[in-house]
Amino acid sequence: MTRIVIFGATSAIAQAAARQWAAAGGACFVLVGRNETALGDIAADLTARGAEDVIAKPADLAVLDGLSRLCAEAEEALGGIDIALIAHGVLPDQVEVTASADNLLENLGVNALSPAALMVEFGRLMKDRGHGSLVVISSVAGDRGRPSNWAYGGAKAMLSVMGEGMGLELDSAGVNVVVVKPGFVDTPMTADFPKGPLWASADQVAGAIVRAVGKRRNGVIYAPAWWRFVMLIVRFAPAFIVRRL
Amino acid sequence: MSNDFQSWGRFPAAPHQKAVAWRDRRHMPMLGDGPVLARGNGRSYGDVCLNDGGTLLTTRALDKFILFDAEAGELVCEPGVLLSDILDLIVPKGWFLPVVPGTRLVTVGGAIANDVHGKNHHRFGTFGTNVLDFRLLRSDGTALSCSRDENAELFTATIGGLGLTGLIAEVRLKLRPIASSYLEGEQFRFDTLDEFFALSEGSEASHEYTAAWIDCLAEGDRLGRGHFMRANHAADGGLDPATRSLPLAVPLTPPLSLVTRVSLRVFNTLYYERQRVHEVSRRWHFDPYLFPLDSIANWNRLYGPKGFLQYQCVVPDNEARAASAELLKEISRSGQGSPLVVFKTFGDVASPGLLSFPMKGATLALDFPILGKRTFELLDRLDGIVAEAGGRLYPAKDARMSVEMFEKGFPALDRFMKQIDPAFESGFQRRVMGRA
Repeated sequence: MTRIVIFGATSAIAQAAARQWAAAGGACFVLVGRNETALGDIAADLTARGAEDVIAKPADLAVLDGLSRLCAEAEEALGGIDIALIAHGVLPDQVEVTASADNLLENLGVNALSPAALMVEFGRLMKDRGHGSLVVISSVAGDRGRPSNWAYGGAKAMLSVMGEGMGLELDSAGVNVVVVKPGFVDTPMTADFPKGPLWASADQVAGAIVRAVGKRRNGVIYAPAWWRFVMLIVRFAPAFIVRRL
Repeated sequence: MSNDFQSWGRFPAAPHQKAVAWRDRRHMPMLGDGPVLARGNGRSYGDVCLNDGGTLLTTRALDKFILFDAEAGELVCEPGVLLSDILDLIVPKGWFLPVVPGTRLVTVGGAIANDVHGKNHHRFGTFGTNVLDFRLLRSDGTALSCSRDENAELFTATIGGLGLTGLIAEVRLKLRPIASSYLEGEQFRFDTLDEFFALSEGSEASHEYTAAWIDCLAEGDRLGRGHFMRANHAADGGLDPATRSLPLAVPLTPPLSLVTRVSLRVFNTLYYERQRVHEVSRRWHFDPYLFPLDSIANWNRLYGPKGFLQYQCVVPDNEARAASAELLKEISRSGQGSPLVVFKTFGDVASPGLLSFPMKGATLALDFPILGKRTFELLDRLDGIVAEAGGRLYPAKDARMSVEMFEKGFPALDRFMKQIDPAFESGFQRRVMGRA
């Protein structure tokens, strides 16, 4: 049996990953997200696809106070955690989010602090048990500050660095940490963007996640994998080029 | 995902469409100005999936299963689920869809709206015949549960209703058990239409799946030559799911159609001669047998930038031989057509759908690359033969039939029109049902 907790379970990438785990058989889930109806629908879908048990836990992950308790409850409900997928986040409008300090802090609360708090909790918990895979969805946007989305990118950069470091620390304790950096993904989050050949589906990204967890990979994965080379170039590009991206 | 919405035949062009993703099956999205139409996976050939000047409500985001009862063999799902996803789920558990069309890449909503059929029509009827019930969202804000017993008139109008009666929101399907994902049967080479009809009649009682390929260019005493395939679900072989890799794809649209008079004649002759003996026994996985073209992604691009028209007609049983012969003569004389020809007989299992296409008789389906006026003129001549025989054309494939042809083919049209949701329209509806 595989015991899986997913935060931001209504996100397209999280749903696609959950479906693949459910279809593989023997999976039990705790799904955390804001929209209770949507969680119920996803629970039914995963059950139909072969999940053994699905528990929906509606919660607002922007509320930082309750996160520790939420982790404890998830572990208790499943009798242990094999995989924790931290997938929540919002893609903010850069102008709006940088219009005031309050706006920025609110956004960092959801995109950086909340996932970071969950990473710390599960890192500790899994280290104590000597077992577990911690997966956090970061982004290629965290690899380089760009003029159009540095607020979002900054939050993701924090998750990437923390996850990478945690992975190195916890490796010897039997815990692997996968930092997932998707490129452009065709999801409701990006519904308004014009799509081109660089775009991947949520299914493809989820496939990369499920494979990485299956192989107990530790460290950063790009999804699709060729983004590693794109971002290698972007990271070394001079500022006058990055300004245009 | 492409942002411009074409039909599978890529004709007609519909450049002025807005598209909105429908994400909440419990509510119809906010409707702006102009008519709306649900759009699934865009596999219908003509303009039933187009809404030029209006809004398409895309359903592919609604791809959740709601309940799979593996004991009773029932499945409840959202309308944007692909038949392919359903088969992946149910085949390993020993279940199958009673009716599948020639591609598994269609949505459940689209399969109901076009009341699609398959090679086993004489056993299981149409897709809609096997729908137990569904929820229908109407633009007046109501959500209606529709079945043979409840809101029966809307149920019967929505099956084959081309998406014009509202949004199909939750669907409950009856499944059928299988012991294996393999099919076994025979493939016959036949030389004449009479031989085809003899094979078809002789196989209906014994075989679930029957269909034939016909060489549409053969003339004279070779008229109507082809291969006839029949099969049943096997009793053994395991329930392995389909191989889902896409090894082949047409990567781009060639500047001209690759299907020409010469290439067609060469292909058809080689294909016909491929089987040297009269009868071969064979065993297939259901996937290549039922969905041969799904292994070539974007095959519709082969017809070039002008696109193609698929022509599918049915002629009633008593006229079937004479009318089929006339149709094939007209086609072979024109030299137009394509290698993709399906000829089969329908049985008399009745669909509940008012605008359902199948009727007891013979159905011919084939593609025509658009070569300009002469292609449209040929199809008008074919219409004449079909109308004379009391037959009709399949709306899901059509982009050009006349109002008269449509009205003549579908006698329940007046009854259907009363059930149309006033907010819903399609290119097809404006073209042939405009006289409301």
